[in-house]
Amino acid sequence: MTSLATTPVLVKRRVLNALFQALCGICAIIAIAVLGYVLWFLFRQGITYFKPSFFTRLPDNVNPALGGIKHSILGSVNILGIALSISIPIGILSGVYQAEANGKLCQVVRFLTDVLNGIPSIVIGLFIYAIWILPYAQKHPGQGYSGIAGGAALGIMMIPLVMRTTDEMLHLVPQSLWDASLALGTPRWRTMLFVVLPAARNGIVTGVMLALARVAGETAPLLFTVLGNEFLAPITGPVDALPLRLYKYATSSDPVQNAMAWSTALTLILIILILSILARFFTRAGKSY
Amino acid sequence: MQLTSCVTIQNVSFWYGNNQALFDVNMTIPQHAVTAFIGPSGCGKSTFLRCLNRMNDRIDGAKMTGTIKLNDQDIRDRSVSVEALRRTVGMVFQKPVPFPMSIYDNVAFGPRTHQLARGRALDELVEKCLIDAALWDEVKDKLKSSAMALSGGQQQRLCIARTLSVSPDVILMDEPCSALDPNSTHRIEELITRLKNHYTVIIVTHNLQQAKRISDMTGFFLRGELVEFGPSDTVFGTPERKETDDYINGRFG
Repeated sequence: MTSLATTPVLVKRRVLNALFQALCGICAIIAIAVLGYVLWFLFRQGITYFKPSFFTRLPDNVNPALGGIKHSILGSVNILGIALSISIPIGILSGVYQAEANGKLCQVVRFLTDVLNGIPSIVIGLFIYAIWILPYAQKHPGQGYSGIAGGAALGIMMIPLVMRTTDEMLHLVPQSLWDASLALGTPRWRTMLFVVLPAARNGIVTGVMLALARVAGETAPLLFTVLGNEFLAPITGPVDALPLRLYKYATSSDPVQNAMAWSTALTLILIILILSILARFFTRAGKSY
Repeated sequence: MQLTSCVTIQNVSFWYGNNQALFDVNMTIPQHAVTAFIGPSGCGKSTFLRCLNRMNDRIDGAKMTGTIKLNDQDIRDRSVSVEALRRTVGMVFQKPVPFPMSIYDNVAFGPRTHQLARGRALDELVEKCLIDAALWDEVKDKLKSSAMALSGGQQQRLCIARTLSVSPDVILMDEPCSALDPNSTHRIEELITRLKNHYTVIIVTHNLQQAKRISDMTGFFLRGELVEFGPSDTVFGTPERKETDDYINGRFG
């Protein structure tokens, strides 16, 4: 019979176990603490101008403290809407292609999207500027910058992220689910559309939200595409966006505007948070794999 | 027992790449009866079952020779659509796999795919399948709730209802009870015994007692070969081959 007494090997194992558990715990606390500190700092600094008029008014040149960022919020929401409507169909469809197809072309596409993912955002802004805004401005002087172009730049940035998550989430769907559907005589396209994609839905939505959160704060690609605006303007022309407003106020010489930059940052974070919570809420029903 | 043949298998061999999994299998599976395949793990019985509805088609490097005929129609003939074949030859898997949707939608999925019914007729079809799968009483008040919330045994009966929904002739079952508790197993066995009045049931099982209890015909596979095939009474009572006798009496496997 095996002895129940504590042996040196067991003691060593117990010590190592405690050590690594403590290490993991400490690292987790550090990671969360940094995030918590950023949020708390942002909240404390940003709360000064975080009041209703800040969201319902436009910038006030006479008395900056009474101004708001309504146009930046609306501009950002519109630009992100355009980015979503570009990246969701292209990203998800190409993700399905990546998950299902194999062969040379598939590998080439995968490599190129990895490259696209690695391109600095300012280069994508410059790209849109060079192929879209500049030629347009040469034909129609004084025009060219638009919210749509900015949405396109952010959309391009989101495509590889959405594609990668879709691909990965589809690979997580077990083969047994495929088999169960195919065994009913369901064609592959119908199995993908009505069984496999819904099963991967929660993961894909989370991936889209992460991609959205990542591009929502991008300033560089917007500098070259939407320009910024002090007034509420249609999306077909130069509009304002939260990162642009944040950049402008943060680099301003006016201390009131400096303080408002914090409130703008807080607004941006809250919008992303609300979008994430809404996405969670709407995908809660039904188990995902 | 009825002697009408349903599925005829001639000289079927099967390879995964260079690895031969089935060696020259021949058998005739009778209609409206339960046929069980037994044998140790890796003996090819599941591979063989999956040949019958061409589920092995898309496996890389898989190759099959020989002919499988369903009611005198070669299932690998170019005129046969694999979707139509799988509708005729349904399959229930080892692990219950409900689709991530409601109980109703799970059963309605097949009929919707094949456009068999809609509206009221679809409601009735779903109800009938759930009754036939002995699940109706437990789920009739929560048809719209998620199928993932059901117990394992209920999920497996749901999968059987889903298989019945496209009105197959043959139902393949790949160890349908191995993930279930004894009580659920008993209910599924009862169900299988009733199903054979209308369907040809082919079941792979590791449970010899189960094969003995519910099957009319039994086939014993060993290392990819069909060692013995005959009425279950004979296979379990007075097997012709020594290997069968050894396996049934627990001397190996």
